[in-house]
Amino acid sequence: MKTLLKILLAASLAVSAGAKEIKLLNVSYDPTRELYAEYNNAFAKYWKARTGDDVVVSQSHGGSGKQAQSVINGLEADVVTLALAYDIDAISTQARSLPADWQKRLPNNSTPYTSTIVFLIRKGNPRQIKDWDDLVKKGVGVVVPNPKTSGGARWAYLAAYAYALEHNNNDDAAARGFIQKLYKNVPVLDSGARGSTVTFAQRQIGDVLLAWENEAHLALKEFGADNFEIVTPSLSILAEPPVSVVDKTVRRHGTAEVAKAYLEYLYSDEGQDIAGKNFYRPRNEKAAAKYASRFASLKLVGIDQVFGGWAKAQKTHFADGGVFDQIFQP
Amino acid sequence: MTPVATTFHAPPRVGHRRSTSEPPAVRRLLIGTALVFMALFLVLPLVFVFTQAFAKGIGFYFKTLGDPNAWSAIKLTFTAAGIAVPLNCVFGVAAAWAIAKFDFPGKNILLTLIDLPFSISPVIAGLIYVLVFGANGWLGVKFPQFADWLVDHHLKIIYAAPGIILATLFVTVPFIARELIPLMQAQGRSEEEAARVLGASGWQTFWRVTVPNIKWGLIYGVILCNARAMGEFGAVSVVSGHIRGQTDTIPLHIEALYDDYNFTGAFAVASLLALLALVTLGLKSWVEYKNARLYETEIPQ
Repeated sequence: MKTLLKILLAASLAVSAGAKEIKLLNVSYDPTRELYAEYNNAFAKYWKARTGDDVVVSQSHGGSGKQAQSVINGLEADVVTLALAYDIDAISTQARSLPADWQKRLPNNSTPYTSTIVFLIRKGNPRQIKDWDDLVKKGVGVVVPNPKTSGGARWAYLAAYAYALEHNNNDDAAARGFIQKLYKNVPVLDSGARGSTVTFAQRQIGDVLLAWENEAHLALKEFGADNFEIVTPSLSILAEPPVSVVDKTVRRHGTAEVAKAYLEYLYSDEGQDIAGKNFYRPRNEKAAAKYASRFASLKLVGIDQVFGGWAKAQKTHFADGGVFDQIFQP
Repeated sequence: MTPVATTFHAPPRVGHRRSTSEPPAVRRLLIGTALVFMALFLVLPLVFVFTQAFAKGIGFYFKTLGDPNAWSAIKLTFTAAGIAVPLNCVFGVAAAWAIAKFDFPGKNILLTLIDLPFSISPVIAGLIYVLVFGANGWLGVKFPQFADWLVDHHLKIIYAAPGIILATLFVTVPFIARELIPLMQAQGRSEEEAARVLGASGWQTFWRVTVPNIKWGLIYGVILCNARAMGEFGAVSVVSGHIRGQTDTIPLHIEALYDDYNFTGAFAVASLLALLALVTLGLKSWVEYKNARLYETEIPQ
């Protein structure tokens, strides 16, 4: 037994001494799989050229709220790249693993790319879906994930709400009525954006999918443009998926420098180009111009102007007993 | 005289049919229904899994299975099963032996506890471990020094292999014990008592009398336990953290591939799991066959 332990120890020492390899864990939300698969390779090359070290970035994907909860419970993420700022706020307040002002540490509120919510419909638009009003009509099946667990679903809910407010002179009761009618048309709430896309595209449930813009484009690419179409509504929300280093973890792992560089490189020309290529709206003007033709122009409203920021929106709409709980009966 | 004899030797033809058999039409209908049901709900999905797995050709199939992330998932699954099954084997035999051969206070409580994992949803089982071992869990609150010591030594429980092994252990606890208890109870204690009277020690009694008697039941329990350990999804999903190439087991890797829109890849890995299930099933039938032969040869003695 003792010799066996010695051999194991020697083997593990040999492994750790031989390879100069840095490991990072990026805990992300659902639709970023393709983006980070490509970006991680690009970053590894960049880091190798800069420092000579190999960096291997592992990925974990899932509904944004669920992922934040895992990090709070001890999932050792070096960086988090989630769907909305509130989920990273939760990690900051509940686990105290990063400072409260984390969003000020990187440019553009720590959101290197933006997106919005659009409609994915079946080819030929048999239900004549053109704008949010068409989603509350009787018999239209709307597929959207659960706002309790999914970030994209919260953006989708708020986009619909913002549209209803705008068209009802900011009457909150009327907006609630609109949202209630909309969620009456939802046959199934998946826990994450990717689950909903598979429900809609692969399992053929529903007439319209409320999706991240990048997710809708990717679905078009994966399942064929001859089966689906993207409809851009007249108004939607400016979705800002933020990124942050998790200070507590990188301190322990000794990865503070590389984790910071990993996120900063998202803002570089190459990082922005990869974002645009994967259907995220880049911040950088050069990349934005290059991919401008992919993104329809529409009126985008911010969460701060319409809902007074994420903390307030979360409390009013998605907390237990909030508006969503009041209007949605499964 | 003869008429009486003939009535005895040739009973009426109607009486030839046994009371348990049905008219041929009913029989065919029942068998047909069962076969159609089996084909629709068992064979068809299985065939579908394998045809989908090879939809992009054999090269793609082996590329998917040879992928480092798939390998890591396969290794993790085998590690979890490799630890959970032997531990449950020891525990199952000990528990069944205690319950079947001895009387002690709290026996019914032990029986109920063994059944607990059957009645609890696997997701809840996983969540219990998160609530106990999580960063804000019971362990960290009650024993902060110990929790800090674990963190300082990079010993992770949940979102790492130990958590997955714990969750697998939990859901598979009943399989071997539940298989052995009725068997040992049916066999009674007389053989052990005879061994004791003839001067065997407790250990000798266990190895020479008890173990040979339960051998086939034990193997059957191990097979069932292993099948569940490899296929478990719910409990493992909660404690895994879903880190690709690190904490994904085979079932979790299938989910990840499916969500990557890599349906063929997902089915390729699923076919591996199905293959493991088929091997398990084959082993199970072999054990049952052996078992039946054992009884047949024993009875005439």
